[in-house]
Parts: sequence; structure tokens; C-alpha cells
Amino acid sequence: MAEIKTAEVKIPPLKKLTNYPEKLAPGHRLCAGCGASIIIRQMYMVANALGYELIWANATGCVEVCTSIYPYTSWKSPWIHNAFENAAATISGVEAAYKALKRKGKLPTDKKVKFVALGGDGGTYDIGFQSLSGALERGHDFIYVCYDNEAYMNTGIQRSSATPKYANTTTQPVGSESLGKPQHKKWMPEVAAAHGIPYVAQVAPSHWKDFMEKFKKALLTEGPSYINAFAVCPRGWRSKEEEGILVTKLAVETNYWPLFEVENGKWRITYRPKNPKPIEEYLKLQGRFKHLFKPGNEDKIKELQEEVNRRWEWLNRMEEISNREE
Amino acid sequence: MRPELIKEVKYVPYSGNMAAAEAMRQINPDVVAAYPITPQTELMQFFADFVANGLVDTEYIPVESEHSAMSACVGAAAAGSRAMTATAGPGLAYMWEVLGIASGMRLPIVMTVVNRALSAPINIHGDQSDMMGARDQGWIQIFSENAEEQYDNLIQAIKIAEDERTRLPVMVGMDGFVISHAIERVRLLPDRAVEEFIGELKPMYPLLDVDNPVTHGPVAMTDSYMEFKRQQREAMMNAYKVIREVGEAFEEAFGRKYEHIETYKTEDADYILIIIGSTAGTAKFVIDKLREEKGIKVGLIKIRTYRPFPYYDVMDAIEASNCKAVGVFDRAETFGAVGGPLYSDVATAMYLRNKHYPIVSFIYGLGGRDTNVHHIEEAIDKVMQAAAGKEVPFINYLNLNE
Amino acid sequence: MKSWRELPIGAVIPEPGSSEKYHTGEWRAWRPVFEADKCVNCMLCWVFCPDSCILVKEEKMVGVDYDHCKGCGICAHECPTNALEMKPEYLFREED
Repeated sequence: MAEIKTAEVKIPPLKKLTNYPEKLAPGHRLCAGCGASIIIRQMYMVANALGYELIWANATGCVEVCTSIYPYTSWKSPWIHNAFENAAATISGVEAAYKALKRKGKLPTDKKVKFVALGGDGGTYDIGFQSLSGALERGHDFIYVCYDNEAYMNTGIQRSSATPKYANTTTQPVGSESLGKPQHKKWMPEVAAAHGIPYVAQVAPSHWKDFMEKFKKALLTEGPSYINAFAVCPRGWRSKEEEGILVTKLAVETNYWPLFEVENGKWRITYRPKNPKPIEEYLKLQGRFKHLFKPGNEDKIKELQEEVNRRWEWLNRMEEISNREE
Repeated sequence: MRPELIKEVKYVPYSGNMAAAEAMRQINPDVVAAYPITPQTELMQFFADFVANGLVDTEYIPVESEHSAMSACVGAAAAGSRAMTATAGPGLAYMWEVLGIASGMRLPIVMTVVNRALSAPINIHGDQSDMMGARDQGWIQIFSENAEEQYDNLIQAIKIAEDERTRLPVMVGMDGFVISHAIERVRLLPDRAVEEFIGELKPMYPLLDVDNPVTHGPVAMTDSYMEFKRQQREAMMNAYKVIREVGEAFEEAFGRKYEHIETYKTEDADYILIIIGSTAGTAKFVIDKLREEKGIKVGLIKIRTYRPFPYYDVMDAIEASNCKAVGVFDRAETFGAVGGPLYSDVATAMYLRNKHYPIVSFIYGLGGRDTNVHHIEEAIDKVMQAAAGKEVPFINYLNLNE
Repeated sequence: MKSWRELPIGAVIPEPGSSEKYHTGEWRAWRPVFEADKCVNCMLCWVFCPDSCILVKEEKMVGVDYDHCKGCGICAHECPTNALEMKPEYLFREED
């Protein structure tokens, strides 16, 4: 398995990171307060500091559409959009071309590059699942980043397998016969880890230091990495734009969105809230859950809390089991 | 440095798949991403052997689906490398979405399509419904009559695709099993001669040139999408000239002539057959037989370039003959239109020239149904009846269990 | 938009970051107002801005790119010293 010599590489303090040029140009059409662009900017901060040129394959979705409306592009790196379900397959081709041209001594650059496939939860968990699995299994040297805003947001808030239970979406809406999505959220990092790839991480841009450390590790990993990033969506979640980072922090502090990594099969929770908050604190800031606060629905919130607890328990056990000395 | 295997022209007993794999070996693409599907499977296996034995410098991606195969080729071509793949029937159907993306992004990808029937019912045998279904996707489409043509066409396809006036992807089709698996005499060219003929790729806006970062595949709104499609039509119009020029260059370098169509004994023909693919070979035999045995003057126009369709070449050949009626052979159905796809193209050709001839439409060989000498003779008989003014069914299925 | 004869083929955009020409600042209903003497240069506004609109020179926060700032309010919400405060945009626009 690939070794990650991460301890020797240090990310400079935040102030130093401001000295590098912005690689995601402003003027993109993402909503005010969109979590996805925060994620991209934080990735660039690390890449800039470590001297990596990023080359992107972006699945159809919010980021792709809003950053590339002809003739405008917000990208200052090489970037390709192909279709909705094939970011991972596309980047496989780019990475293979790199290997081939390098072998022939025909690369147009000698700069350090890293290939990144970027997709929303739609293009990753659902329609992009197959091509992601293929690329992970084949072991291409790339980072797959999923900005998870828990629905097909670009086309109008339709449910995805990443949508949490009881969330209100336009294709499984709340109504007299329905309380929103009937199924619990599907979790991708576990699926990625099951492929046996060298590095998997779950991150949130509110905890930027943790995110940057993990992105650094992904950059230094030889082979595939998978990063699942929490992307707040004020429009789709009916939350306040200015509370974007607050909502993200609460997702982490309630253990709804645990921050963990899997390095060569060893699971590690990288942040443990000292006093985990009840899930209500997170839910109440979002209009997509407001029906749960009607009298009579208390047991639904309890159900969500139990699911959060179950997963947290499971993660802790995975950490314990995978780190046991034989 | 990979080994030079063929130093002189040599003649070998090869199947279409073997010949196509050999062409790919000599082209030595940078990236090949492919998924196996009958009857293409062998082709990729032969190529995989080349990879495993260091006979090519190709980065070979064993992708998990045809959609990913074309997607990876798009990535590799946009990155600035030479990308090739191959598929058949439902595999082409699965990559359909990405075909338009490859041509819309003007990437010079070259692909072999081992023509196979589309489901349902599932059928692994040869027919042309796969490539016909993709004819409006902006790819240049070339069909081969035999294994040697497949070999020659693939080599020319690289030059056609990469020409600055085209920059369109090219698919080269050969009938499944009939050509892909049957052994024929194939003339192979020397490795170095092929390399020299195809030359070096000049990548356009390569992703790997990080000092000149480009955005590939943006959203084009209602105010620009149509302009990009107009560019594609222009490229396809240019392709008509480029294909001819490459055919002439090929003839000069290697002595075999390639044009948009091949005419066989049309000059004095009273009846003309228009066919795509392997059945053209059978037709040539029948034409010789009827001329010798019964003095019936039949001729053949074999379509090599299907897209862009060579309307004027076809009409020039028909008008230069004694043609009284035309038989158009389609190895694909349209179901809702009169005749098969080729029928519409031929009818359009006549309209463009304002010269009307009776056309009889034949649907043959679907799902690998055998079409032999006897069936073609039957067809010619119907064409003769049409020429004589008798009433003949518009559409005729050959060798069908009525 | 240019003629089909002039546009780069394949819809490739060869000019990186051209979206800067598109002024999303027009979207704003509120704008962050910066008071430099309250700022401690923690850079949290910079690390959290979705639109690359926090201007930093020589490791000091110097202002906001009002051509592009959408007024989401995250910077003001996260600022630990209230150096950024959201005020209604109409206060800063001249009557048309």
C-alpha cells in the first residue's frame, strides 16, 4: 500500500496562505453563501502552498454549471466537464494520458500536477457511482472530491441517495401522506474505503485546519483518494446564507457529519466534540426539516438522533478494530 | 523504444479483429480505454497482448463500461494525447451520450465499431443498426468491406480526425463476425511507414499544458450553442475534402486507392445496387455471375464514407451509367421511415441532383441473417421489375421467414 | 456573442478566470462594511468567503471586492471582532 510521508510536509499558517493567487476567480454564479466554492478555495490554498497544479474533471452540477457559462470561466487551472456520471472516468483518461506522455518524454509541462475529479452528491453517490467505483478499483492517481449538499441541487432540490431521512425535497416532498424522504442517507466514504484505496476522508470547511491537513494527505497519496466534503446549501436547505459556516459547524458538533479518515485501512476519528450537541440544534436552522418541529413529530427527531448515534458508535468501533495490534 | 515488428510489406491470413489490432499497434496510440463486448472482444484482447508484451507504448485502461470507455477517451484526448477505443452494438448504444460530447468538443478520437445488432432481442451478430443509430452524432463514419479495408481505414482515420480542418472523431465499422472473425488475406504495411504516414498529433488546447489553463466543456446557453453546432457542420463539410485527400495520400504512399465510394462495373450498368459493408463483396460475385451467365448488366456502388454522405459521388456514378433502377441495401431498420437509413440518403441524393430513378429498398442481414448469392439475385430481379415499370413492394426483407 | 467563424472550436474557453468580467456584485441586497481598526487579521473571513472577495495584501485584510461580493454575510457572521458588519445595499447605491 502507498505510504504517505505527510509528517514532513507542513501547511503554512493561514496568513501565509493568503500570499498565493486566488485560483477560483470570482464572478461565478453559485448562490450567495454556497458551501461548495468554500471547499474549492480551501483545496486551492493547500495546493498552492505545496506547489501542486490541479487539473480538474468536474461532473455536471452546481459547481460545473455556475463556473463555466460560456464565454466565462472561473477556473484558472486546466478543467474539463464531460457529463454528469463520468467525472471519475474522464479523469482516468487524463491521468492515463499524463502517464503515457511522460513515458514518451512529451509532457508539455514539468510542474507538479495532481488530478482531481469533482462531483456533487448526485454525480458521485448516484449516477456517478459506477464510474467512481471503476476508477477507484483501477487505482488511478487522483483525488475524488464530493461536495455533498444532500440533493440534486442544480436542477432544483431533487432527492439523492445522500439526502437525509425526513428532509423535504422536490421529488420526495413533505405532504399530507409524506414526511419527506423515507430512507436514511447513504454514506459514501465507507463505500470508497471498501475499495481498499490508500486514503479516504470526511471533511467540513468550517473545520478548515482539519480539511487542509486531509487534503494535504490526499495530494501526497500515490493512488486514489476519496474526500467527502459537507457543502451547505442555503437555497436547498432553506437556511440563512450568513449561517452557512454555523450550520456546517453544527453538523460536525452534533456528530451528524463526523470528521474522520481512513489511511491504508486504519480508521481514525480526527475530531471528537467534547460535548456533542443534540441533533435538533442542527435541524432547527434548516427549513427542509421544519415539519419535524410540529407537535407529534418528536419521535422522528428521536429517530434521526438514533441514526446519528448508531453511525457514531459504528465509526468508533471501526477505529478500534482497524487499529488493533495483531 | 518499442520493437519494430514489420519491416516490409507482408501478406498475412488475418481476421478483421486481428487486422484492426495490428493497425492499432502500428498507430501506437497514447491511451486506449475499452470494454469488451462481442464481437469486438477479440480485438481488445489482441491489443491487450501487445500491451502486456511491450509492443506498444499505450496506457491501457480496462474501464468498467463503454460509457466510461468513451469518457476516458474524451479525457485523454482533451489532455492532448492520441486516444482510441473499439466497441460493438449495445456498447455503442451505452456510450451514445458521450459520442456527441466527443464530437462537440472536437476531439480526434478514432474508434472501431464491430457492427452488431442492437437489442432487443439480444443478438450478438452482425448488422449495421449500431452505427446507423449514431449517424447524427457528429462523428465521421467510414465502413469497411473486408479485413484489409478495416486496417487501411483505421490508419487513414487518424489523419482524417486530426486534420486541422476537421478535428472530428471517426468511427470505422466492419460487419460483426463476417469480417471481424473470418480469416482473409490482408496486406500489412511496415511499422515505420505507418508511423510516418500518420505523423505526430498536434494537440489543441491540451489540459496537460498547465501554463495555459483552458476550460473544456462549458455550458453554452441559447446564445452560443447553435454557433458551435454550425462549426461542426463546417468541419463535416471540410471532412469530405480531407477524406479524399487522405485517400489520395494513402494511394500514393501505399498503392491502394480509397475514395468516398467504390464503383464496380457501373459504367454500362442498367441496374445499380448500393450497399455498405461485407455484402458488397458478395454482390460483386453475383454481378460477375449474372453478367457472364445471363448478360444482365448490373453494377455496384459501395458506400465507404457514410458520414459525411457523398451525395454527388453517388449521383455522378449513377448518371454516368445506363441506370434504369436502383436497389438500395440496408443492414439496419428505421421502422418508422420508408426503407432503411441508406434509402433516405440515396433518395436525398436524387433530389439534390433533381434526377429521379426508381428505388427498391432491401432490408437484409439483420441480427446476422445470412445474405447469399441467391438472395442478391432475387433482389436484382425485383430491381429489374421496377425498371420495367412493374409494381414492386417498396420495402423488401431478404431471406425472411415470411 | 461572436460569429461562429470567430469562436474557438469545441466551445473551449482559453482565457482563464474570465468570469471576473461578470460582476455578481449586482446581486447584493446587503454588503459587508469593513472597519480596519477592529480587524486582527485572523483571516477567517478570507478562508470562508465563497466568492474570493476578501482582499488581502501582504497578510493584512484590506477590504472587500464589491464588484463580485454577493452579500451572503458569512464573513460578518464569522468575524470574531465585528470588523465586518452587514448593511443594506441601498445605502450605498445612488438613485438611478
